[in-house]
Amino acid sequence: MSDLLRFATAGSVDDGKSTLIGRLLYDTKGLFSDQLEDIERISTRRGHDYVDLSLLTDGLRAEREQGITIDVAYRYFATPRRKFIIADTPGHIQYTRNMVTGASTANVALILVDARKGISEQSRRHAFLASLLGVPHLVICINKMDLVDWDESVYQQIHDEFTEFAAKLRVTDLTFVPISALRGDNVVARSENMPWYEGSTLLNYLENVHVASDRNLVDPRFPVQYVIRPHSNTTLDYRGYAGTVASGAFRKGDTVRILPSGLETTIAGIDTADGEVEEAVPPMSVTIRLAEDVDVSRGDMFARPANSPEVTQDVDAMICWMDETASLVRGKKYAIKHTTRWARTVVKDLQYRIDINTLHRDLEASELALNEIGRVQLRVTAPLFVDPYAVNRTTGSFVLVDESTNRTVAAGIINPR
Amino acid sequence: MTTTVLGHVRALEYESIHIFREVAAEMESPCLLFSGGKDSIVMLHLALKAFWPARIPFPVMHVDTGLNFPEVIDFRDAMVAEHGLELIVASVPEAIERGLVRPEPNGSRNRIQTPVLLAAAEEHGFDALFGGARRDEEKARAKERVFSFRDEFGQWDPKNQRPEIWDLYNGRVFPGESIRVFPLSNWTELDVWTYIASENIAVPELYLAKEREVVDRGGMLYAVNEFVPLVDGETSEVKRVRYRTMGDANLTAAVESDADTLEKIVEEIAAVRLTERGATRGDDKVSEAAMEDRKREGYF
Repeated sequence: MSDLLRFATAGSVDDGKSTLIGRLLYDTKGLFSDQLEDIERISTRRGHDYVDLSLLTDGLRAEREQGITIDVAYRYFATPRRKFIIADTPGHIQYTRNMVTGASTANVALILVDARKGISEQSRRHAFLASLLGVPHLVICINKMDLVDWDESVYQQIHDEFTEFAAKLRVTDLTFVPISALRGDNVVARSENMPWYEGSTLLNYLENVHVASDRNLVDPRFPVQYVIRPHSNTTLDYRGYAGTVASGAFRKGDTVRILPSGLETTIAGIDTADGEVEEAVPPMSVTIRLAEDVDVSRGDMFARPANSPEVTQDVDAMICWMDETASLVRGKKYAIKHTTRWARTVVKDLQYRIDINTLHRDLEASELALNEIGRVQLRVTAPLFVDPYAVNRTTGSFVLVDESTNRTVAAGIINPR
Repeated sequence: MTTTVLGHVRALEYESIHIFREVAAEMESPCLLFSGGKDSIVMLHLALKAFWPARIPFPVMHVDTGLNFPEVIDFRDAMVAEHGLELIVASVPEAIERGLVRPEPNGSRNRIQTPVLLAAAEEHGFDALFGGARRDEEKARAKERVFSFRDEFGQWDPKNQRPEIWDLYNGRVFPGESIRVFPLSNWTELDVWTYIASENIAVPELYLAKEREVVDRGGMLYAVNEFVPLVDGETSEVKRVRYRTMGDANLTAAVESDADTLEKIVEEIAAVRLTERGATRGDDKVSEAAMEDRKREGYF
């Protein structure tokens, strides 16, 4: 049970996203006074009559010069209940790549909607990507309520329209909060201007949203990351398999099935540097010792005899292409990294490209370019141990690397059979 | 509340251990940068945990500016002896003597550390260098990856970073290229101190508040010592101070504080309203893009 919450924010400056983040940071003391003075000074120098909070997230020179945000920025704040990691993804450039990166590890996706404009194409895109990346909780902040006279019917209309759209996506938990990021209404403090709203403030929601049960605690999966074999006199016979529990629970005495060999043995002990533990669950990094001396190396996986992932060289996946220098084409070979395992793969088929605005499937697509998403069939040189992404974000995900450039070119999400 | 705080710091610990193991498994020749400052102390602690009961499977390197607090050098050497580490010292004074770098007029050796670091990394053939940088420290750092790709000149190109999705890190490099790895990316200063206090990790005593002789220069308090002698017209005073960062002794200021235990430091940092660099570093306030520029040149 961890009280670390990762959330991704998506949207552009126009939606008031920077203002919202600035307010969350400032009201929770996640922003320091010299940082604030810094952006006040720069805002004045540029002739603004307001403090441009977007300067907080625009860290690179090119971003400040062009007034745009290029890359995912990470921000941190904490309340007595939780520590928060914000992956702040820009709306303008390379939108999909950044959003996919930010959403890949997020517990919550926060989407901003301008109350005056209603749901935009961008909001739909955000929601689709959040659902594709399996973000369990989606919160829609209907911002700038002050500019629509705090009108409940505006809120209600956006609420109903978005709920209808979300029904087409795999969104399990959808929440709406009417806010004014500029004035602070319903961000940290409850709004006196919208007595008709009975739900939580945004911060209250973020502090209390239940994320422990989002983890897969059913299917035991332990990708072997590193073999620990000390070569000292006191620990001569020690042989442990280090890794991070991907899902499920492992206990001392459990029978494990080792993949790819299929051998079965029992867990002799689970070690950490602070001593032995009885049980290991996500996201613990531990070292597992086995009762028998069997051949195990990095890239192997521990599961249970009655609960194992699929062992396969054929993968059906959604791919998000992230490289601007080359496109994905049928027949091309890439390196693939899945859990702690590297292999090579060939793209056997590109079935369709998906239009992320309309969700329309283009069956004629012959390639995937930067920020495009499509469904592919891959053949892999060595078996992978996979589960569908929808049930396991670790064993259901992979990246592709172009071996001629070493660039990470794609994120992959494994489909159910 | 203590257990709640420990919960998230433990989660950060697991993430960092995962990163250490990933690098040890995939990179040919990693090295851990160790300065004796709080972040590198936490890094060393995490590395020891990641490979326990085996030793850390890589050496540690200190880029010694020659202007370190003597207490920090002593602490470094004690840690090396205690854990049987292989220590490489890349010396800035030696590099100045050899003519590799020239000292800057203001006495800062921050910028000239970079060529010394790069030369040492090249000499030893390191393809991965662990650094203790955190994303909460600075705007340019907020956009850096955990695995930060560097070209054959050690340069960072912020517009050409590898996407980092899930925890599937890509450390593949061609000969001469390298990866800087930042296991503490998601830690804040408060997390670092919470962890140090909860694990009871030893730190140089300069971090703890004590009566020290200091001189006020432009609102910053510098300890009077061999690196910071009093100049004409200056007077010193005795104040209860501690250090929030361990930079060069001639440029790192102390802060007034009563925090003389690790627990009190945690309380102090939880309430503090100035960033550590803003409060204590004379060498970071150069320009809006100072850090970005240094990183492009190969700085951490």
